[in-house]
Amino acid sequence: MYCEECKRNLATVHLTQISDSKKTESHLCEECAAQKGTFIPEWGQNFNTLNFLGSVISDNMRELNQTYQHLACPNCGSTFPEIIQKGRLGCGECYKAFEQELEPTLRRIHGNNLHIGKLPARGGEKVLLKQKIEELKADLQQAVIGEEYEKAAQIRDAIKEIENSI
Amino acid sequence: MNIKQLLNQNLVSWMNATRPEATIAISSRVRLARNIKGLPFPGKQNHEQGSQSLQYIEEAWKTSTNPLLRGFDFITMDQLSDLEKQILVEKHLISPGLVSGNSNRGLLFNEDASIVIMINEEDHLRIQCLLPGLQLQEACKISFRVDDSLEQKLDFAFDEKRGYLTSCPTNVGTGMRASVMLHLPATNLSGQIKPIFYNLAQVGMTVRGLYGEGTESAGNLFQLSNQVTLGQTEEEICNNLRTMSLQIINQEQLIREKLKSESPYRLEDKISRSYGILTNARLITSNEALDLLSDVRLGVDLGLIKNIKPLALNELIVAIRPAHLQREAGGEMKPLERDLKRAEIIREKLHVPTSEK
Ligand SMILES: [Zn+2]
Ligand SMILES: [Zn+2]
Repeated sequence: MYCEECKRNLATVHLTQISDSKKTESHLCEECAAQKGTFIPEWGQNFNTLNFLGSVISDNMRELNQTYQHLACPNCGSTFPEIIQKGRLGCGECYKAFEQELEPTLRRIHGNNLHIGKLPARGGEKVLLKQKIEELKADLQQAVIGEEYEKAAQIRDAIKEIENSI
Repeated sequence: MNIKQLLNQNLVSWMNATRPEATIAISSRVRLARNIKGLPFPGKQNHEQGSQSLQYIEEAWKTSTNPLLRGFDFITMDQLSDLEKQILVEKHLISPGLVSGNSNRGLLFNEDASIVIMINEEDHLRIQCLLPGLQLQEACKISFRVDDSLEQKLDFAFDEKRGYLTSCPTNVGTGMRASVMLHLPATNLSGQIKPIFYNLAQVGMTVRGLYGEGTESAGNLFQLSNQVTLGQTEEEICNNLRTMSLQIINQEQLIREKLKSESPYRLEDKISRSYGILTNARLITSNEALDLLSDVRLGVDLGLIKNIKPLALNELIVAIRPAHLQREAGGEMKPLERDLKRAEIIREKLHVPTSEK
């Protein structure tokens, strides 16, 4: 994806801004982002929390964020300001606890937010089964639309069976 | 090989390349970050939790029936002196992050130290496979096998959407950092390094000088690695990195050919002078030595210098570093003493009997 400003460099800065409850996304190269005065924090360095959040999240989101600031990860007790200050998460559960706050960071670092690589053999089984369930549900819908009720019942049983095994 | 043997010799398996392309791609590394489910990451754990995670991992290794893990040795970092830790860093076997920092750090390593597992560095586990030459896929396969064998005993922090969960969000997903150490004297000489740096940044990769900052690198040694760990498979990451490495290697070879044909005497003169200094100097700094060794390596690659093996040059990169010099001298050294010892070691290593010249 090329930068929306100069249309010359590749976009490496991805911003989501929410104002008047409208969501706008912009994709810029670092030069243009810097020119537009967009603050790009280097993850891992100490930087001003409000600056960082301010660049990514607009005013009405900021209110929401102030409530977040008081929330802590239920597993390790890390707060989001603490995570930003250290540049490190406290534990695996932090990824869930601060899912929304981390989203723009992950997009900025990786240009992506979904893992498609290796799965753990045990924990990974579940992921595969869940994917299987999603596939079966799609089949089920097709069967229902096609009025193949006997087939639909079979699929429904198969889904139940897998769900019980998880 | 036990830890004492590992510490007392200069050679490590990554230095011993046999493949032809290994003259430019010196070594390949894959590192996987893994964490134990439910436990705080090392940066957040208190002493008790730290010793717990260390213990879990030691237990997993001890009770594993997997032949791969059975061949490993285990030590805690506090069993090593500061000098010994530094020696392991200089050999590229552990990261500086495992040295700095408090207790509860440990190390598992296989017979030839091609596989090393760092415990309680930034993540609970950093599985590293380091091989000679351009062998990213192989290193990836081996680190996967270690990952799978550990996973039979440990539950890893994993999320369907985010993948393997890591202390730093720059590693989340595959948790994989793959890298290639490249020797690029001709590319650097012709001013082509900066454009490469710039282009790599556009495709989610990064390159840095192995010794030095940014585009500056003593000894023309550069490390090319992936920056993105989320949204790409490990295979894609390795393939992309390999493709990019081959392009850079190809370009380096083209520029070498050009230099050789355009100004053969200049090139031969530069290389021979560097060889002359290295085999005669009585005092030499680390940076000067690395730069001159780069010329000699180029000379060996181009067939201008014979009787020196790339292995000896790889060994020297490590042997002239401060902790290795101190080990040789058997105590603390002042900078001047280091330069003296360094020059001596290089003369010994590069010494070619007069009759063979
Ligand atoms: Zn731009
Ligand atoms: Zn947490």
